[in-house]
Amino acid sequence: MTAVADRPAAEIGKARRRKEDQHLITGRTTWTDNMTLPGMLHLAILRSPMAHAKIVSIDTSEAKSRPGVVAVYTGQDFADTQGNLPCAWPVTPDMVNPGAPSLAVTQVNHVGEAVAVIAARDKASAQDALEGIDVEYEPLPVVLDMEAALADGAPLVHPNTTSNRSYTWAFESGAAGTGLPIDGALADAEVTVTRRFIQQRLIPAFMEPRSTVVQPIGEGVTVWSATQVPHILRTMLALTLGIAEQKVRVIAPDVGGGFGGKIPVTPEEVITTLVARRLGKPCKYTESRSESLMSAHHGRDQIQDVTIIAKRDGTVTGLDVHLFADMGAYLRLVGPGVPILGAFMYNSIYKFPAYRFVCEGVFTTKTATDAYRGAGRPEATFAIERIMDELAAELGMDPMQLRRQNWIAHEEFPFTTVCGLTYDSGNYEAATDRALELIGWDALRAEQAQRRARQDPVQLGLGISTFTEMCGLAPSRVLGSLAYGAGGWENASVRMLATGKVEVVTGSSAHGQGHETAFSQIVADQLGVAFEDVEIIHGDTQSSPKGLDTYGSRSLTVGGIAIVKAAEKVVAKARVIAAHLLEANADDLDFENGSFQVKGSPGSSVSMAEIAFATFTAHNLPDGVEPSLDSDATYDPENFSFPHGTHLCAVDVDTETGRTSIRSYVCVDDVGNPINPLIIEGQVHGGLAQGIAQALFEEAVFDAAGNLTTGTFVDYTVPSAADLPSFTTERTVTPSTSNPLGVKGVGEAGTIASTPAVINAVVDALRPFGVTDIRMPATPERVWRAVHGRSMQDRATSGTTAYGGASTSTADGSNDGAPA
Amino acid sequence: MIPAAFDYVRPATLDEAVAALVAAGEDGKVLAGGQSLIPVLRLRLAYPATLVDLGRVPELRGVRDAGDALVIGAMTTHHDVLHDPLIIEHAPLIAQATATVADPQVRHRGTFGGALTHADPAGDLGAVALALDCEFVATGPAGERRIAARDFFLDYLTTALAADELLTSVRVPKLGAGWSAHYEKFNRVAQAWSIVGIAALVRRENASIAEARIGLTNMGPTPLRASATEQALAGAAASAEGVAAAAERAAEGTSAPGDLSGTADYREHLARVLTKRAVLAAAGI
Repeated sequence: MTAVADRPAAEIGKARRRKEDQHLITGRTTWTDNMTLPGMLHLAILRSPMAHAKIVSIDTSEAKSRPGVVAVYTGQDFADTQGNLPCAWPVTPDMVNPGAPSLAVTQVNHVGEAVAVIAARDKASAQDALEGIDVEYEPLPVVLDMEAALADGAPLVHPNTTSNRSYTWAFESGAAGTGLPIDGALADAEVTVTRRFIQQRLIPAFMEPRSTVVQPIGEGVTVWSATQVPHILRTMLALTLGIAEQKVRVIAPDVGGGFGGKIPVTPEEVITTLVARRLGKPCKYTESRSESLMSAHHGRDQIQDVTIIAKRDGTVTGLDVHLFADMGAYLRLVGPGVPILGAFMYNSIYKFPAYRFVCEGVFTTKTATDAYRGAGRPEATFAIERIMDELAAELGMDPMQLRRQNWIAHEEFPFTTVCGLTYDSGNYEAATDRALELIGWDALRAEQAQRRARQDPVQLGLGISTFTEMCGLAPSRVLGSLAYGAGGWENASVRMLATGKVEVVTGSSAHGQGHETAFSQIVADQLGVAFEDVEIIHGDTQSSPKGLDTYGSRSLTVGGIAIVKAAEKVVAKARVIAAHLLEANADDLDFENGSFQVKGSPGSSVSMAEIAFATFTAHNLPDGVEPSLDSDATYDPENFSFPHGTHLCAVDVDTETGRTSIRSYVCVDDVGNPINPLIIEGQVHGGLAQGIAQALFEEAVFDAAGNLTTGTFVDYTVPSAADLPSFTTERTVTPSTSNPLGVKGVGEAGTIASTPAVINAVVDALRPFGVTDIRMPATPERVWRAVHGRSMQDRATSGTTAYGGASTSTADGSNDGAPA
Repeated sequence: MIPAAFDYVRPATLDEAVAALVAAGEDGKVLAGGQSLIPVLRLRLAYPATLVDLGRVPELRGVRDAGDALVIGAMTTHHDVLHDPLIIEHAPLIAQATATVADPQVRHRGTFGGALTHADPAGDLGAVALALDCEFVATGPAGERRIAARDFFLDYLTTALAADELLTSVRVPKLGAGWSAHYEKFNRVAQAWSIVGIAALVRRENASIAEARIGLTNMGPTPLRASATEQALAGAAASAEGVAAAAERAAEGTSAPGDLSGTADYREHLARVLTKRAVLAAAGI
């Protein structure tokens, strides 16, 4: 057991204000773009205006003659050295990866792809000189629609492939031995409901644009980058560029958000490294917001064909899912695995026994996709929670009753699902009951009936999302079974300083989450030291040499546990020295509030600070004991954690204008034991904003030529606080039984849960109008057209396509896709 | 992004400003609040040779009472307009619409005259100026001239100002007793431009509407007046039905754009619905 369990927690559970916020908010820190090194050159990147074209020629002569320009390079200059950007997740043995150059060499495959790079003495000169590069392109047919891309005779995105299909990944519970065969469930179906859902393309839109500074030092490099993954970047840069790993140091200074958007190794990180090494000068590249929206990876972009199978009494017997997942032009670090991560979540909190999931990864001539907050799990949660509502409508059942009838009861945990995952704990009843009470569900239903009866132009809709997610990426063995290219462990060190202060080194590199505060609280309790006396060190491969970084709500459930394990070792070492100092048997000592005390002798104790100083001086240590309390631990989780919750949303839908206004939003989340309720609250609020944004506001739209139409924040409408309601958030606490802190992770819950809650509410409001689905984002115009029975395929202007499947007839929120 | 290189001039008086603009010729551009121009420059969508910054010309700022009209200096910020007691008293429609412009940061930098001169039909103030029958006061090398609002907006981002003319102020006629106003804005997110906006001025006499003026935002390449609805409202009953019937004609004579925020027919529908709502709100029905 941990020390925490031995005494009342002092810090864990406190709503501490975040210790990192003052320097983040006041700007008293160094972001990557603030870095200036002696002799540093500034880079500007010329990007393709064509979605698909051969590069016939590039004339850089004029650019080279411009003032301040030091060098201009094209892909040809680095063709032999740049390698390919890594993809660490070959989801199937035969997955096609055509390669991903950082600078295009012979062909461009999406608008915004890097074509040439200029190094100049100042940033303005570099950007001015872009206009002096002349590129001749030979256009190729664009490939935008996923289904068209897979058709016979479709133009190929990559000439070195035979198809635009990268992979087909399949899971079937009968074959896997985790459940019953799907064919049997389909054959015995009393009811099936089929829908096509479109996960529109989204843009992570982190606050700090990506920035990289590279300093060549001897054979190696020091790289500062606005990345979520300094450790993975180090390994991958070494592998990609053939630099010995020990010669690569990566530093992620304070990083302004990521949402998954700063996981992959980027072309710009490789290009900056190549140029810095070629010129022997430090180089900096910082993207503009326009470049970021256009060429940093996008998220979602899937077509989901979903069939739910049930008995007439509401017992769900199976789920059949077919996905098209748009990879964009290239496979990024974990892009192919994103939909696969979702594959294990389509069954969500339900017990049905048969499940099939098939995903086809498709190349198109659009920006590459990869992880975006939730990564696979929001898509899965959306599909199951939407189809549950549609099944309820088909059966004439209350949608919450249908869920209750099918979910895993509290007493049934631990429960092994149809996907083979073992959920360790959960209490869906408690979270749901509390949420219903908080929102006043019955009164809202009564009001809804009245407004329907009087044909109020503003209709009320109620939406449900009962969700779970798998957090804490991840047990290494599980990742191995999914062909992921790395493990899922995390490393930590705890160092006792002479003065009794504590340094904690973590491999979970934060980019805004609040690690410093939460980890300090954990260590304060573990060692009985003051919160303020704990310093968290992260984000530099030289000072925190081992780690697997931050994504997938893993920092607390994996990184936090590694810290606990390291702290336990410190206490164990301290116990030996304390026993020596107290002239007692180590087994006779109690450790409480930072002091060792001889059982039954209250006057006889020694504090952690005293032990630290005694260890530092080493004048009087037991024989054979090394003069150090410092310890480290590498923790590999046995299982995922499974946060869950019930989110309820009430919307007013103005049927005259189509505007949807969220009237109230209630969520009761169960993230296990809370370390810091304030941080949890912040994560939930931000997550809700991003999930609601998918439902109502955001969409990356491409025109028929493959240009990103939503290329600025004028058109890519990220909502602000002014567009969102005041959230009602509460928690139930059902501790995880898989880790000693009983924590589950909270980084993605709000995003995963909220999107279907909102869309279910909009559809609920409009069901009397015959509406059974609505495309996301549910813009006023889409809603208005749905109400008035007018189909609207895409939001883009005529002749353009807002997503990969524009030609599919059931994708528009009209009333086809009716229950079978 | 960094703008392409340009010369920068910062005059201290109106005379210096006009002289600078004349010197800059066809490639000069006036920098007012910069909330539209600076992004355009940073995206390199425009390459002016000279920027004439009006930020230090004090005579272009402020609101004064000129008897039968208010005179709003072109460089008065949205924030100052919004909180000006004269405007709140005599031209509440301007205050209402200005409150919907972008966000507080932009309203502290952006200017009343700059927004009107930019002449983006999705901007909210053009329709307001049109509804209020404002006069635009321009100053050039030949001196001052006044341009009626209906003659000011020529086309998309195009006004009647000559290349060597500055908008110096806008004269807002004071409306007599009995007028009331409402600005109805419809957009995707709080800080966004209008998909459609309606500037409504209504004068009631007892149980009927004596007179109405309706300005339309983003229903064509310039701000427009909903003339058919105005005619239908004159003398109409001050009732929900009467207003609704008149509002059905709000899109007549418009040429709404189609873009990511809405197709043309949806905008026409919105114009009708929102005109009804704006008039009802203005008339207190």
